[in-house]
Amino acid sequence: MEKMQNSKVKTGQKRNRLVSDIVLFIVLCLVAVIMVVPFVWMVSASFKNNNEIFLYPIRWIPNPVRLNNYINVWTQIPLLKYFSNTLIYSVIVTVGQIITCSMAAYAFGKLRFPGRDAIFLVYLATMMVPWHAIMIPQFIINKSLGFYNKPASIIVMNLVSAFGVFLMRQFMMGIPDDLCEAGRIDGCSEFGNFSKIMLPLCGPGVATLTVFEFTFMWNDYLAPMIYLDDDKYKTIQLGLAGFRSLYKTDYGLIMAGTVCSLIPILIIYCVAQKYLIEGIAFSGLKG
Amino acid sequence: MKSKKEKDKRIRVKYRKKEVISGYLFILPSLAIFMVFMIVPIFMGLYISFTDYDGFKKMDFVGVQNYVDMFKDSYFLVSFKNNIFYTLFTVPATLILALLLAVAVNRGIRGSAVFKTLFFFPYITSMVAVGIIWTLLFNPTVGPINNLLRSFGISNPPGWLLSTTWALPAVMIVTVWKWMGYYMIIFLAGLQGIPKQLYEAAEVDGAGRVKKFFNITLPLLSPTTFLVLILLIINSFQVFDLINIMTEGGPGRATNVLVYRIYQEGFKYMHFGYASAEAYFLFAIILIVTGIQFWGQKKWVVY
Repeated sequence: MEKMQNSKVKTGQKRNRLVSDIVLFIVLCLVAVIMVVPFVWMVSASFKNNNEIFLYPIRWIPNPVRLNNYINVWTQIPLLKYFSNTLIYSVIVTVGQIITCSMAAYAFGKLRFPGRDAIFLVYLATMMVPWHAIMIPQFIINKSLGFYNKPASIIVMNLVSAFGVFLMRQFMMGIPDDLCEAGRIDGCSEFGNFSKIMLPLCGPGVATLTVFEFTFMWNDYLAPMIYLDDDKYKTIQLGLAGFRSLYKTDYGLIMAGTVCSLIPILIIYCVAQKYLIEGIAFSGLKG
Repeated sequence: MKSKKEKDKRIRVKYRKKEVISGYLFILPSLAIFMVFMIVPIFMGLYISFTDYDGFKKMDFVGVQNYVDMFKDSYFLVSFKNNIFYTLFTVPATLILALLLAVAVNRGIRGSAVFKTLFFFPYITSMVAVGIIWTLLFNPTVGPINNLLRSFGISNPPGWLLSTTWALPAVMIVTVWKWMGYYMIIFLAGLQGIPKQLYEAAEVDGAGRVKKFFNITLPLLSPTTFLVLILLIINSFQVFDLINIMTEGGPGRATNVLVYRIYQEGFKYMHFGYASAEAYFLFAIILIVTGIQFWGQKKWVVY
């Protein structure tokens, strides 16, 4: 008798749980729609002409599918130039950061020298300096180095990041010191130790740093805006913003350009999601 | 005396000469760049803020004049006020929504992984793209948002980016939408750190879902919540891209914020001295918030 009641209570609880899970599922679906709908609308609009874009109720699947926005966006503005510029800057900065950050991380994590911890603290402190607070003196320095309106301006100052050093150090700390010692005993130089033993073992760290730096450089807007005046050096974000103010009311064309600018990010999102999530979670570890 | 000598010896033994040299060589590239582009600018900016530097020739020391002017400058004060409003709304809204989403996704119902990845997609897209899309969505006459509101029977929907009252709220909505997923991931990492046994024990004691949330999840998540709060406040004082794309600080001064003001003074009017003073005001705010973080980590957070 008691047993039966017990199982009844349990099925009741189970049913309650099922109902609340279904409610939760519906709520999450709604949130997902809110997160995604602006992008779906953008893609849909990029295949329409101006009259069709703002029709209400919204026709999500364009009919007819107009491709002329995509053709025009590549022919009327130097989108390809913006793309290749940004790609070059992003790759240089990313590779540069992998080198400088992991080198520093190796020193901070695996080598002992006087002042090490104090210098590391300074590195960490730079993470708290808001970039906007120092953008004016940084501009003056870049200008006096002759970098103004040259790609070097946004490349050189981004060749290192405290985030990268911190991230790589964390990975290196996880590798046993014995491996380094073994390398030293075998006659490996410190650089050999670093490049042949440590760096290959930090694969996930390098991947995370790559994903973050590439995304950062691809999406960066204010720094390129301050430094790059010449159209031939402009980045994709700068080009996109500029071309929007030029073709103010050609909405389909603007949406097509925006879709194109998001493609590399979408690829990273699909391929390297794991590293993105790891990197975000890592920045939450700072506390 | 002897022990000191021993200690000295130990220190000397601790460092191997080769290791010390390599150590410095390894940090040299990063240190050089940090020096030139971070450390020097920090001090340089502070000095410039006490001058009337215009980017060319004029660079006279004016003492605290820029700082005095700043607090009499109505334009600056308006942008500061706007920024405070922006912070007061976006920070709690993003924090609460991110926390709720994280708890919901963490329940492990069907499709959780898909939801998780969908929610943080806006975070990796550029502010420029997001700003362009939402400007169109917010279009007062033909935009989908107002069309939707009209179909719900609101005959006179807000003018959004063209209205002095609604422009800032519109930017705030986009901000919350963009950052929610990012902080959800940080919260999820924090949730993973809470031992499952605690919930099981609470269930045995007959605690309901709400009780478990307030008595276990919230207190044990407090280090993460505190960090998210600090990050949100710091980020809210650095908003620029979205403002520049969506409103350019307008209409009038309705969406002008601190960094936008610094940008205008510095790079539009070349008032480097004055803009640096404003930049240092921003710097001070962020230093104070970071200071609170260090202090609060020890005091407020329940581990």
